[in-house]
Formats: sequence, C-alpha cells, structure tokens
Amino acid sequence: MRGIVSIAGYVPYRRLQRSEVAKFFGTGGGKGTRAVASHDEDTTTMGVEAARLALHPVPGAAPSAIWLATATPAYLDKTNATAIHAALGQPARVAAFDFGGALRSGTGALQTGLASTGSGTTLVVLADLRDGLPTSADESAGGDGAAAVLIGDDAPGTPVIAEYLGGASVTDEFLDRWRTVGDRRSRVWEERFGETRYVPLGTQAWESALKSAGIAAEQVDHVVVTGMHGRAAKALGRKLGVADGVLSDDLSATVGQTGAAHPGLVLAAMLERARPGEVVAVVALADGADVLVFRTTDAIASWSPARSVADQIADGADLSYGKFLSWRGMVATEPPRRPEPQRVSSSAAWRNEGWKFGFVGTRDRASGAVHLPPARVSMKGGAVDDMEPAGRADTEATIATYTIDRLAYSPSPPVVFAVLDFDGGGRFPVELTDVDPDTVDIGDRVTMTFRKLFTADGIHDYFWKAKPSHAAGAAGTTPAGG
Amino acid sequence: MASHGIKDRVAIVGMGCTRFAEHWDKGLDDLIIEASQDTFASAGVTKDDVDAYWFGTAQSGMSGITLAGPLQLEGKPVTRVENYCTTGSEALRAAAYAVASGAYDVAMAVGAEKVKDSGYQGLNAFPVPNDGTARTLTAAAMFSMVAPAYGKKYGVGEDELTEVLARISWKNHQNGALNPRAQFRKEVSTETICASPRVAGRLGVFDCAGVADGAAAAIVVRAEDAHRYTDKPLYIKALSFAAGSGAGLIDPDYDYTWFPECAHAAEDAYRQAGITDPLHELAMAEVHDCFTPTELVLMEDLGFAERGTAWKEVLAGTFDRTGELPVNPDGGLKSFGHPVGASGLRMFFETWLQLRGEATPERQIDTDLTLALTHNLGGYPGEMVSFVSVVGTELG
Repeated sequence: MRGIVSIAGYVPYRRLQRSEVAKFFGTGGGKGTRAVASHDEDTTTMGVEAARLALHPVPGAAPSAIWLATATPAYLDKTNATAIHAALGQPARVAAFDFGGALRSGTGALQTGLASTGSGTTLVVLADLRDGLPTSADESAGGDGAAAVLIGDDAPGTPVIAEYLGGASVTDEFLDRWRTVGDRRSRVWEERFGETRYVPLGTQAWESALKSAGIAAEQVDHVVVTGMHGRAAKALGRKLGVADGVLSDDLSATVGQTGAAHPGLVLAAMLERARPGEVVAVVALADGADVLVFRTTDAIASWSPARSVADQIADGADLSYGKFLSWRGMVATEPPRRPEPQRVSSSAAWRNEGWKFGFVGTRDRASGAVHLPPARVSMKGGAVDDMEPAGRADTEATIATYTIDRLAYSPSPPVVFAVLDFDGGGRFPVELTDVDPDTVDIGDRVTMTFRKLFTADGIHDYFWKAKPSHAAGAAGTTPAGG
Repeated sequence: MASHGIKDRVAIVGMGCTRFAEHWDKGLDDLIIEASQDTFASAGVTKDDVDAYWFGTAQSGMSGITLAGPLQLEGKPVTRVENYCTTGSEALRAAAYAVASGAYDVAMAVGAEKVKDSGYQGLNAFPVPNDGTARTLTAAAMFSMVAPAYGKKYGVGEDELTEVLARISWKNHQNGALNPRAQFRKEVSTETICASPRVAGRLGVFDCAGVADGAAAAIVVRAEDAHRYTDKPLYIKALSFAAGSGAGLIDPDYDYTWFPECAHAAEDAYRQAGITDPLHELAMAEVHDCFTPTELVLMEDLGFAERGTAWKEVLAGTFDRTGELPVNPDGGLKSFGHPVGASGLRMFFETWLQLRGEATPERQIDTDLTLALTHNLGGYPGEMVSFVSVVGTELG
C-alpha cells in the first residue's frame, strides 16, 4: 500500500486584509485575507518549514528523495531542493530535485511520487509565492504558502495514513495564464475562455479518477477543487456530484490561492480533519486537470499534525498594504544608510553547511558546554576536538535579553535581536522574525525558523532566525536533541 | 609565566593630537602629518631621530606604508597595527615595548582614522568573506543590552537608569564644551539627552559616541633618557591588554552587566603599577565611553566603584571633572567622536595635558595626585578586546 505517511501545510504569519487595497488605490482588493510571506521568506524557506512540520510526527522516516515543486523558484539553474535537504540535515545519499516553473508541477510531483510504488519514501515539497501588479486580481486572490507530503509504502513505524486509491490527469494545450521568464506578473486570457476549457477537462479527470479508484462520487467525504482560475474551480465543484458538505474550504478566503503549493495545502487541511476510512480527494486545474483520491487508514487516528493548517490560519497578524508592497518589491522604500551586506562566500558556506543550514552546533563531551556555532576548542576546560554534534533547530529557547536595532541594515527595519538560551543548553544571539517589536520581553519562548537573511550578488543568504513560540510549530516543542 | 610590565622603564616625551571633527577638507595624510609634526615638535626631534614607528589604523589603510608615505620615512621600520577600537593604544604599547627591549632608543606611535569618507553614518567594519551567519547588528544595539541587564540585576528602575545614563552623557558633553580639540563643544541638557531619537534599544542619539576623523601620536624613549627631551615626561607605569575568547556571546553564564576583559586588563594594570585603591590613587581616568552604559559598567570593571554601586556614584558626581575621580575630563568619545586608530592615543594626550598642568585653565583638573589611567576597548559585550594603561609624572 502506497500513500501519504505524513503531511503538513505552512502558512506564513502575515495577512493582508484585501480591503486595504481599495482603501489605498480606490479599486482592487476584495473580501477576506491572503497570507503573505515575510520579507525573509521565499519558496525554499517556506518549503523547509513545511517539511519540518511534516517530518515531526514521524521521527523514524528516512526519505530517499526530496522533491521541490514551485512556480517561483529562488534560483534557476541551481537546485533549490538541496537547501531544503541541508536544512533538514539529510544525508548525502538522499536525492534532491526541483520540479520547476509551472503551477501544475505541484500536483505533478505528488502524482509521480504516489504512483511509484516500491521506490522508497519521497518527501514532496510544494511552495509558491503569488502576487501581481497592485490592484490586480492575482494580487488579492493569490497567497503564499507551502506544503510537504511524505509519500511512501506502508511500513512499521511509518504507516500510511492515507492510501492512494488512484488518480487521473487530463492534458490540454491552451493559454489561460502565462508568464515569461523575468516577468513580474502573470497574464491571463479572457476569463470565460478558460472556464469553458477547465470545467469539461476537470469533469473528465474527475470521472476517470473515480473509476481508477473504484469509488463513486457519493462515497467521497472531503474534496477541494483548486486552481488559479477561481470561477472554473467553483463551477467544477458544483458538478462533482458529491454529497452536501463534502466540498471543503479551499482556503481562498483566508490564505488565498497558493499556486503550485495549493493542492498540498488543502490536502493537508482535509487530512487533519479526516477520520479513519474516509475518502479524500483533491482536484487541481492547471493546463488540464489532475485528480488525486485517497482513503484514510486506521493509522491516521494516531497521527497528529505538528501544527495544523487551521491553527496557522488562526494565528496570523495583519500586515499593512504599504509593507506588503515594499516586501514584494512593488514599492522601493529608502534603505537604511548603512552598507549593504556583502555576498556570502560559497566555500565558507559549504564548509559550514551543518551550522548554516542545519543549525547544528557542538557539545563538549568533557564539560557539556554547548557551542553555537560549532567549535573545536571548548570554552569550558579547553578540551580540543572532543565535541559531538548539538542540533538546536528543533529546540525551544528563552529570551535572555533583547534589543531593537534601528540602524542595522535590514530589508525591513528595525532589526529585533535577542540573546537566546536553548533548552538543554546553548546560548546564541540571533535575529527575531514574525514579531511585533513592542511585544518582545525577556523570558519569552521562541522557536527557530529557517529564513533568508538577504540577497547579495544574486546569492541568497539562508540562515536561522527565531520567532515567538505562539506563532511557531510544535517543531519547537521537542526535547533538546543531539 | 607572568605579566611583569615595564614600570618606569619607558617615558612619553612628546605628544600631538589634531582636533577631532568631520574633517571634510582633510585626508588621512593631512591628519597624520598634523599629529606627527606636532609630536616631533613637542619632543624636539625630527622624523629621522625616531628609530621605529607603529601606526594604528583600523581601516583607513593597510601596512606601514600608509604612514611612511605621507611622512616620507626612508628605510625605517614602520608597522601597521589593528586591534579593533584599541588600535591606537596598541600602537603605543608596541612602541613602548620596543624601547623597553632595548631594540630602539626612540619609537613613535601614530594613530589615525579617516572615517567620514565612507558616506555612511557610524562606523562600519571591513567585511571579511564569510558564511553569512555572523551577526550584522550595530555596536549600539549590542551595548544597548547592557543597561536593562544592569538595571535588573541591581534593582535600578528604568527611569532612574535613564537619569544615570543621561548624567554620564551630560558630564562628558560639559567637559567637551571646554575642550578646543573636541568634536562637540556644546553643553547638552539632560532633557535634550533623554528626548533624543532612539537608535537601539533604549539608547538615544546622545547615548552614543560621535563619529569623527582625527589623529594623535606619541614619542617614547627609555626613562633615563626622558629629560633629554622634556622636563615633564610621563612615565609608563602599566600597559595591559586582554583579548576575550568570544565565549560571552555563547555562554549562558554571561549576564551583560560587566566586561570581563576590562576587569582582567585593569587587574593586571594595577598589579604592574602597584595600585591598590584606584579611586583614591588616580588623578583622572580616560575610559572608552562608546555608549553611556559602557562608561557606567566600566566604573565597576576598573574598580572605581563596587559592583552595583556605580550608578549611585555617577549621580553623586564622583566622576565629574571636579569630582573625586574625574573621568573623561576631555569629553571622552562622547564629545570627541571615535576615529578608531586615534582614540587610544587621544586618551593618552589628555593625561599628557592634565598631569603636566597644560590643559587650558578652565578645564585643568585640580589635584596633587600624579597618576592617570587610560582604558580603551574594542568589540562588543561578550566578545571584546580591552586595554588599560597607567602613566605618571614621578618615578617610583
């Protein structure tokens, strides 16, 4: 039996009230909110956060491959999944591949992983950042987010919680939405044309998938139709023939459409609510239609998400429209009058991969003193090269002291900075994120999160920050590791 | 193994110091030449009489040629020195040890920094290629963590602490107002200080040292030769230095209420100089007041006040220019700004003026004591280098 072993969504902390757009421009926007990635997040960092949440409930999981699917990759040419691989501390033998470019790559990666019985465990990570020009429909309807789906064959310790019953893909070449490389926005054809294509394509894929899964539409317990073409998705939903109440929240009112990530995100939200023996399906409309159908197993009863999508949606904080525009590069604001950071040294970053990407320090075996970053000579007792790894990425910490730096260079000043004492030992001074400067206090609990500090010379500087534990995942509640 | 020091073996016999300012019209060479010429004149020597040079600059130039070029030194040993914000002090330490060793008869330390050509406010560290995980916090932010930690540990309320820090800033501006070489020559009221815009944490603009260009220099000779150059030499009683391991940043036992490197350097300096009661044995002290909480904590690290009591002494005026132990009578970094390579030597220059009775009358301290201390630090709480010297006008 192949299927989903674990799954998680990641919804960034900030929300844009869509009504703010019309308040500013007199037009655009709409109702509800959309999720907004922080200025220090990209598809790679959001993918890391989703992957950490997905792996948390299954400590015994050992993926043999990590796939990242996104329509907005942080790098071209260079594989982005390798940074996720490094942040998760995966061994070199684990493959890391990108499925790039198209919105459809998300469901494509999921379907490929699910169909490959006997190919081992694959961590499929989906992430996307969606926006458009100010006042555009894409700006409001889009959302930022990620999902991670651990796909594998049923095994002791890593049971399948949702068996893959089957699926279908229907492909058609037509222009509904497109973006040339380097273009800041997507362009769309007249909405009606897309709708007339997507609805029959979706219907065809739906019928074919149900047949392949061997079930009838009335037997489906939870389904979501996703796609950037909102009208087509709604219209198709009405034609699925499922019972009342089965069509689930597509998160468009709260998170927005997260593009390549959305099928995974809504699937995570549905599975978090599903009971054993229920049929869960997702339909994705992008250049055709893809359908995935699952049945939850008894194992789902003992699986508990590290931090549910619902909890993440509930725990958000508003972001002003001005900040949104500046974070997205739509409005250039005055930078701090400090030198911009220099680019990261590739060789230095490689040498220190475990620290930079994995947040792994060392512990002196003799004195027990934890060194962050790793050290060869102990600060207590001076023992040389008698250290063991001490990972702190998944360890909660307490703020010993903090400050707010209004001078330091940051893509979004001011910098909130805290000295952290980690549970189980170790102190490290580090920047805070997803935080309101006025609410920080000594004694607050924080959790580590993988972020992009800045970009210089086209090189993204990935490292860890801390965020308040109220806005964190259960990934920060484990006892000190390593 | 021991830190023996070179008490009374070397003397400063000439000094010079430029005005510290935003010298838009002067380059590094101009500052070097001005301070050096004043120093040669002060000791009554020419550049050829000096056997070896140590040149302190943090980031205005590389190698001894940065000094040898503008002064047109020919075939002289010239060494560039860098040790964070203690760079100027380190140049003097090296020159003094060179003379004490017998290697040279006459050595000169020159410190200079051209900060204001960067186009940015504040000091900016020279970037070394790295893995991108290092802190990019400003010094103001790092030092801003000291005040709340101190207040919490010793039960000083937030408002009271604000008053204490404002008092330090007020005092140093008072002193600087009287000093023609200072960058800022205006008195500043505590109300203005407290109302200044926040820079980092609770620190406002007036809690921070200024930023200026400047240069200072000193010539040292063996103590027995000193009177050939001046009637009033300053004898070096102690030179101490401590480089921290950086462990304070990652050691949960460090509480941000003191600077261990400074305490260690002070202890060593007092041992070298034979000082047991600094508050009553010193005529004055120049300390590294990069931020007001720094000066507060230093009063305890340097042994001028018991732990947890410096804030009371500050309010009582103990460290005022007319107080029991004048601290930063020249106005300190607060009034002078901080041209990194020059600051340590600027501190010596104040002891040179005050102990020899050569400060202008309105700011000359009134004392019978003959010893003065200079303290210079670089880096941040938890990761610091620290220098302490004691000089005096009498042998023995």
